[in-house]
Amino acid sequence: MDNRVPEIKMTEAPDGLEGAGFFATSLEKVVGIARANSLWPLPFATSCCGIEFMATMGARYDISRFGSERPSFSPRQADLLMVMGTIAKKMAPIVKQVYEQMAEPRWVLAMGACASSGGIFDTYSVLQGIDRIIPVDVYVPGCPPRPEQVLDGLMRVQDLAKNESTRRRNSPEYQALLASYNIK
Amino acid sequence: MADQTVESPDAQETAAELDPAAQKNKQLLDLLYRLFGQDAFTDVEEPYGFLTVTTTRERIHDIIAGLQQDQELQLNFLTTMCGMHWPERKDQELGMVYMLHSLVHNVRLRLKIFFPIGDPHVPTLTDLYSAANWMERESFDYYGIIFVGHPNLIRILNVEDMDYHPMRKQYALEDGTREDKTDLFFGR
Repeated sequence: MDNRVPEIKMTEAPDGLEGAGFFATSLEKVVGIARANSLWPLPFATSCCGIEFMATMGARYDISRFGSERPSFSPRQADLLMVMGTIAKKMAPIVKQVYEQMAEPRWVLAMGACASSGGIFDTYSVLQGIDRIIPVDVYVPGCPPRPEQVLDGLMRVQDLAKNESTRRRNSPEYQALLASYNIK
Repeated sequence: MADQTVESPDAQETAAELDPAAQKNKQLLDLLYRLFGQDAFTDVEEPYGFLTVTTTRERIHDIIAGLQQDQELQLNFLTTMCGMHWPERKDQELGMVYMLHSLVHNVRLRLKIFFPIGDPHVPTLTDLYSAANWMERESFDYYGIIFVGHPNLIRILNVEDMDYHPMRKQYALEDGTREDKTDLFFGR
């Protein structure tokens, strides 16, 4: 029998001063690691991409491995809004309201062609991309994207969260971005 | 339509064996003529064996009510109704299609009416079929057809503040706010 200890994946330590019994680094990096490895997604699934996301949540792809153990269906406890599927113009105010109810810091992932750009539904009733109503951090292309692509998109969000300054959300650029979307 | 001569029972039987749908449609059309008169219907067609007749909006309510109450046929199920828009038809731009189904005898009938776009008023069928309520709201939403007597004629699918009827042909199908689509890539 194979009785080797399985290799345990651990997140890499940030840059810092290391010595006997101590490790010093900046608070920003510690906070970034904590945020990146415990993203709580809010799945806003309207159509087929939502089904693909269910596969991503399932045992084979298991989005929980990335610290997204708890899909939050309350916007107040979610960090990451995942918009998956066609957003009709009638649904747009609801998406925006959900985004506004989320606390900072918050990220948005647009999954699939419809959420990113309206997809094949270039018609009077469909919003041509959710970036018309809320700021988007990561776009996942595909129709629908495979679960691997969703996980890759989530990892890109993790990169953003890891490297983001704790003061970014107070910066005038970010305030101007939100103001351009009439948020707050 | 088949010829109007009265055939012998044997000939009728062979005709029914050869083409049962046509025979059924012939009986249905005879019944329609008997109930409502020959002048009530124009444009009798049978696309894919589905008897289709055109009538007028003045008569449509009475005809459907009569068909619903007819004990012989029992045309008791309103399958669907929807609007149409033919911009090139002068004074007959808008139209409605009604499809009725007798679940008892498995007989289907399609009725059409046409009317000018300047006066899109049609009598409601909500007093005959509850199902007509939402279908009429849909036709109002998309084509702007006004159903006289409808209890709650408001938009059903589109956003409430939409100020036009998007299925009318003068409106573009595509979203007008896209800037990244050039005709070059679409062969236009």
